[in-house]
Amino acid sequence: MTNASTLPRYSYEDLPSLIALMSGDEKHDLASLSTVDVIWVLYDRVLRVSPSATGSDSRDRFYLSKGHGPMAYYAVLTAKGFIRADELPRYGQFQSLLGQHPDRNLVPGAEISSGSLGHGLPLAVGTALGLRAMGLTDDRVFVLTGDGELDEGSGHEAIAFAGRAGLDSLHCVVVDNSSASHGWPGGIETRFAAEGWSTARVDGRDHDALEAAFTVSHPGRPHAVVAVIKRA
Amino acid sequence: MENMRERFARVATGLLDSDPRLAVVLADISADLFDSARRRHPDRVVNLGIREQLLISVAGGMSLAGIRPIAHTFASFLVERPFEQIKLDLNHQAAAAGAILVSAGASFDYAASGRTHQSPGDVALLNTLPGWTVHVPGHPDEAEPQLRAAAGTDGLVYLRLSSLANAAPLARRDDGFTVLRRGGEATVLAVGPLGDAVIAASNGMDVTVLYAPTIRPFDRQTLRATLSAPVVVLVEPYLAGTSVHEVATALADLPHRVLGLGVGREELRHYGTPQQHQAAHGLDATSLREQIAGFIGIEDSGRGRVPARSLA
Repeated sequence: MTNASTLPRYSYEDLPSLIALMSGDEKHDLASLSTVDVIWVLYDRVLRVSPSATGSDSRDRFYLSKGHGPMAYYAVLTAKGFIRADELPRYGQFQSLLGQHPDRNLVPGAEISSGSLGHGLPLAVGTALGLRAMGLTDDRVFVLTGDGELDEGSGHEAIAFAGRAGLDSLHCVVVDNSSASHGWPGGIETRFAAEGWSTARVDGRDHDALEAAFTVSHPGRPHAVVAVIKRA
Repeated sequence: MENMRERFARVATGLLDSDPRLAVVLADISADLFDSARRRHPDRVVNLGIREQLLISVAGGMSLAGIRPIAHTFASFLVERPFEQIKLDLNHQAAAAGAILVSAGASFDYAASGRTHQSPGDVALLNTLPGWTVHVPGHPDEAEPQLRAAAGTDGLVYLRLSSLANAAPLARRDDGFTVLRRGGEATVLAVGPLGDAVIAASNGMDVTVLYAPTIRPFDRQTLRATLSAPVVVLVEPYLAGTSVHEVATALADLPHRVLGLGVGREELRHYGTPQQHQAAHGLDATSLREQIAGFIGIEDSGRGRVPARSLA
């Protein structure tokens, strides 16, 4: 019997071919392609997660808030042994585990169900509070959102409160591909900094820079990383 | 007498002391009632400020971490304003620890505050989602065991508190409908704080009177078991007709008639007191008596036969 922990692993170079296995009417190519390096670096170098311990108390949590670009996420989960590669061609089909927006109750390794924008960061704040209340201080929460998604007001309720609450287990990665219709004058990181967050701005394709930004020390403060993706 | 909201704060504070899995999440409303609890459990009593979308999402995120959250504010800001958060961050995530939502204000407790603080549609909104237990206690002594039971289990629970209450608790069982009176011509189901009004309204009528401090799940079994005639009147302290479909389902194999009384859809655009709003919606004892008698077509002693004018 094949279980998740024994599934084959794939490399970063395999991700394009894994993504190509998926099909569907609404693939959100730009969204997927803009997040692939961030998600890869998190799963390859940063997160304490394992396909054999998805329910463990001692694990980091990754919340894909920007759920409308899930092909990169599914590809990375496949590369890391959470999802069987032969599931990918069924992407979006009636019996598939893999929808155009992920469902945590279907996708192995997915921590939240997402799709409607503006939910992941507030959920992540709740989880960070919950982990703190349970004394699980080593567990970190990473949430991936987008510059367009941060138009949603719910995100700003979360940004404001998390800063005041000093949630230092919380990390928000903003993939900035200039999707926000009215932009963020001064940079989206200024909104986080104003609420007391630690911030960094890096090239969203530079793996070493991403890793450094994700792992920088930020005691007593949540941390926001703006990963810039230049549009072609 | 301690009202339901005060009882909630006192009991929840005690539960926090005894159960490390519980947390209380607030959005400023009632924060003062939890001052002592917050000092003892600063990580498990969290006031988010006036951020009601975040209130529900934080409850959902805590639940994903294994905490059972109790989220509380006025019904209009707990259910109506962040309804998508309830749908997605609680229902759709389906975290094992679930959540407890405890509202205050009900349909028109804050009548003088106007429409912004009135929430007659909260139960109807939750009725669009699966899996919710909905408690509508009629007395603080009913609310307390409902809260304790919710804290000790998993799943999604809505506890709808009100400043309106019956003079004494009417529930005689922990779950399901209580039979207050047996009769032959119809069944009248009174929900929560409208229990006393229905008892007074149906005095002398040959009707069965059931009392429901919990409306979801709907106790179809007791309704069927006590049914003497296929005529049912629902009296609910929120949007009229909210549970009519439950009666239709329970009696699907029987030709039957059902009347759903409750808060009307139209805005009153009046202030005043909750009692004035109750009367304006036809939910005081006198109005209820006329509507019940009219629907079932019985003699109303002393006033002649009541015309059946409420069949809409």
